[in-house]
Amino acid sequence: MSGPPAGTAADETPGARLRAGALAGIPFGIASFALATSFGVVAHDAGISGVAATVMSAIVFAGASQFATIAIIVSGGSLGAAIVTTALVNSRFLPMGVAFAPAFTGGRLKRALQGQAIVDASWGLAARGDGTFDRWLLFGSTAVQYGTWVAGTAAGAFGGSLLGDTDRFGFDAIYPAFFLALLIGELRHGRALGVAALGAAIALVLVPFAPVGLPVLLASLAALVGLHWRRDA
Amino acid sequence: MIWELIAGAAVVTFAIKAAGPVALTGRELPARLAGVIVLLAPALLAALVVTQVLADGDRLAVGAKTVGVAASGFVVWRTGSIVGCLVVAAAVTAGLRAL
Repeated sequence: MSGPPAGTAADETPGARLRAGALAGIPFGIASFALATSFGVVAHDAGISGVAATVMSAIVFAGASQFATIAIIVSGGSLGAAIVTTALVNSRFLPMGVAFAPAFTGGRLKRALQGQAIVDASWGLAARGDGTFDRWLLFGSTAVQYGTWVAGTAAGAFGGSLLGDTDRFGFDAIYPAFFLALLIGELRHGRALGVAALGAAIALVLVPFAPVGLPVLLASLAALVGLHWRRDA
Repeated sequence: MIWELIAGAAVVTFAIKAAGPVALTGRELPARLAGVIVLLAPALLAALVVTQVLADGDRLAVGAKTVGVAASGFVVWRTGSIVGCLVVAAAVTAGLRAL
């Protein structure tokens, strides 16, 4: 398995693509389990019951935003502030969902439900590199990560951290490493380099000032700028 | 309050993820939007990388993860192996933290 599995032939059956997605999702499933146990422990220490923490992972299923909302509550923030924080941290799923939209099928409810499978690593896995996406790779990869995210949260919340401090395994480096690998693949198209550099610059400049989540959302504006470059070229 | 928080966070996240797929029901996107979307991946991926390896919360910071991810980038650039790149990222980061 070298090279992005996004290269899976589009004429393979949905079942085969689903399995390919699940297989490709295993490293993220492992990382997700480790991060989820940390979340379970953090939630427990914040006085949140194991049942509540596990239900949160099962129905919110957005790791970074879950850590952020718990941090807001622990620091005495209001319910409104915590929910706004959730929206900001998860706001990057809006452009990701727009990009993925043509790959989904069915009526509005079915499309809304399929959109719930969008998480960072699966979105990247399912990207074919030409602006189109494979929904079966998304579903397969997300299914694995969903299972380990919920199971890891329960393990951390009820059992404490079985693994000790999971940071020592370096699992938290797996996600950015994967995004970097996908990015390197994208940079083979000339214009993408400028857009990536601008997106990174926008995000870094905003980090010290903007609420968590906003830097990544606003980095998507680099794509709009890049569109004008193309027209001028 | 925790159950109100969980319900609110779930509803907000559901709505954000559903918005694009529900609003854009066509199989083909308008040409101009399609052009933006091809460029969304490099913009979002670059932002995800730098915010995870060059920042800690609202502070700019470098650490073991910065080095681990840089090493993994070299591996994927030289070998094209995604799995190799993920293993190197975790191993280098863990190794530096163990020092």
